[in-house]
Amino acid sequence: MKYIDEFQDPALARRLLDDIHATVTRPWALMEVCGGQTHTIIRHGIDQLLPDQVELIHGPGCPVCVTPLEVIDKALEIASRPDVIFCSFGDMLRVPGTGRDLFQVRSEGGDVRVVYSPLDALRIAQENPQRQVVFFGIGFETTAPPNAMTVYQAKKLGIRNFSLLVSHVRVPPAIEAIMQSPSCRVQGFLAAGHVCSVMGMGEYPELAARHRVPIVVTGFEPLDILEGVRRAVRQLERGEHTVDNAYARAVRPEGNPAALAMLEDVFEVTDRAWRGIGVIPDSGWRLSPRYRDFDAEHRFSVTGINTVEPAECRSGEVLQGLLKPHECEAFGTLCTPRSPLGATMVSSEGACAAYYLYRRLDLGTVPAAPTTAPEASPVV
Amino acid sequence: MSDTALDITGWTCPAPLRDRPRVVMGHGGGGALSAELVQHLFAPAFGGDVLAQLGDSAAVSLGGVRLAFSTDSYVVRPLFFPGGSIGDLAVNGTVNDLAMSGARAAYLSCGFILEEGALMSVVARVAEAMGRAARAAGVEVATGDTKVVETGHGDGVYINTSGIGLIPDGVDLRPQRVVPGDVVIVSGEVGLHGVAIMSVREGLEFGVDIESDCAALGGLVQSMLAVTPDLHVLRDPTRGGLAASLNEIAAASGTGVVIHEGRVPVPAAVANACAILGLDPFYVANEGKLVAFVPREHADAVLDAMRAHPLGRHAAVIGEAVDAHPGLVVARTALGGTRVVDLPIGEQLPRIC
Repeated sequence: MKYIDEFQDPALARRLLDDIHATVTRPWALMEVCGGQTHTIIRHGIDQLLPDQVELIHGPGCPVCVTPLEVIDKALEIASRPDVIFCSFGDMLRVPGTGRDLFQVRSEGGDVRVVYSPLDALRIAQENPQRQVVFFGIGFETTAPPNAMTVYQAKKLGIRNFSLLVSHVRVPPAIEAIMQSPSCRVQGFLAAGHVCSVMGMGEYPELAARHRVPIVVTGFEPLDILEGVRRAVRQLERGEHTVDNAYARAVRPEGNPAALAMLEDVFEVTDRAWRGIGVIPDSGWRLSPRYRDFDAEHRFSVTGINTVEPAECRSGEVLQGLLKPHECEAFGTLCTPRSPLGATMVSSEGACAAYYLYRRLDLGTVPAAPTTAPEASPVV
Repeated sequence: MSDTALDITGWTCPAPLRDRPRVVMGHGGGGALSAELVQHLFAPAFGGDVLAQLGDSAAVSLGGVRLAFSTDSYVVRPLFFPGGSIGDLAVNGTVNDLAMSGARAAYLSCGFILEEGALMSVVARVAEAMGRAARAAGVEVATGDTKVVETGHGDGVYINTSGIGLIPDGVDLRPQRVVPGDVVIVSGEVGLHGVAIMSVREGLEFGVDIESDCAALGGLVQSMLAVTPDLHVLRDPTRGGLAASLNEIAAASGTGVVIHEGRVPVPAAVANACAILGLDPFYVANEGKLVAFVPREHADAVLDAMRAHPLGRHAAVIGEAVDAHPGLVVARTALGGTRVVDLPIGEQLPRIC
């Protein structure tokens, strides 16, 4: 694909790396907010190629990772009901709730379907008027607009057997929370480009100024990441802290007005719990009162589910950039993609999974042979 | 936004997982879950040294004759897809499993499991496709069976095929023969079948037509063996893709494998589709490709022979077997970094965004 080739060009990457190496004079810690960026960094070995002084800290921007256990459990309960068709994006099916996941619900007879768009779920609702169809609405500002539009459509079309299990989260309040943490080491951010393509950059100048951190809006291909790092390091070396758009091919400062209008109509801002982190004020969306009828939590009376998360997993610290995945004592032993302790090891965008998948050789922490690794426990 | 600083002490992200008490889709995905099912449940139950080899086909000796013996079941949806059908798969898949032992497939069996209500015209199209594929591959469907299950208990048509073929003298293909220094060759562009199936199953369109690479590889393998019978191992990277095959060979041979990411032929359309869906082309299924571990001294000649064959014209050297990191497959990235290419757990899942 033309666009991929262009943004993975090794010669251009080398030039950007040379520039970064020539610019850096002292240590800097940058956080890439988005799990997709983490995946690119680790998959292409970008962190190995940067100067030692540039540390990349992996942020909380994996939608699968930060969806609370409580919400997963609600999804599992709803999906287990015989009158329900439960629709989700694929990567949520493997995320563990308390004791099981959506794959397991399906193996027990639940009607759990992978869809590629929430509108597919709405179509399923139209085709199955005698059954309740629920879509698992998780994710950041990128997935919220189409989910909002689907609820809008459902209301407009008078479809009564469709509802949304909502756990949407917003990035800027998470950045705020990270910067307010007393143990924060982050000195600059690579902001998630697709979030900004929806929301614009309006919320970032105040964050950058208040916390004196450069925020560079960054894309997802290797050259995007390197350019983001280059611009962030350049600001840090100069003592600057502004918002810089390094993803101008996709991001306009004002964002996407149509998507913003849809969000405004269907959702309202609320406090939201982040898995492994806790409640961050104003960090999420829920359905606004006009659309409350489409809220699956109310429709299926699962508002009472409360889950206590066990304390073995340290991915909250990973999500905050306080701990590298391999520094966790459970990494690669008690906790692997086959048998994860937490969602950061489950999701393909999770930092722990990325380290496990791509970095075991360097880390030397995990036995080599995949099929005989400790997680290959008997199924008999 | 509150001004209260969050107390990160005690932040956790947990949820212990457990072994699965029921079969899930990943148990058929050709990855780690499939391997566990075979190694920990089927193999102990069945016993036997031949099964323990865990090859694409079993190499057995009967009356002094060396035979390759293999079986596979086909449950693909939809039954017809760009570049082929379940009938083509049912023939070519088993022929290819035999070819990976170096055998020329001779006879196939065919077991149909039909769903009550399936259209007879559809069954006929499938059977005709099987017949065409068998004739093209030079095999004969010699025996068969038909069962019908009630409506809702099947997906229209399921097919099982088994096959046998003769292994030529001097040919001994198995991962245990792989040694450091062996050259890794892939016979062509990867990921076409899996993406073609996804494009029709999920109604996704990627702006270009992508056809399955479904093909019988017996002729290509014979061309390679004509150069030297001393090929070390062959695999057709079907479910689990190139990554699963390389991992199986690395684990069974006890050598490490290094591949150069930029040398693996990935068609632009496959790369495009995978980028959209968040999939890795190395893990996407193929139905007409093979990966070969070849002694270094024969590599150039084998590669030339492959490129002279219609099914191997895009063949490429993608890496080598190494002493370092036994059992692990490592990719050198185009940018100059390295990463582990792991065995997939189950099926690949398209990501949320």
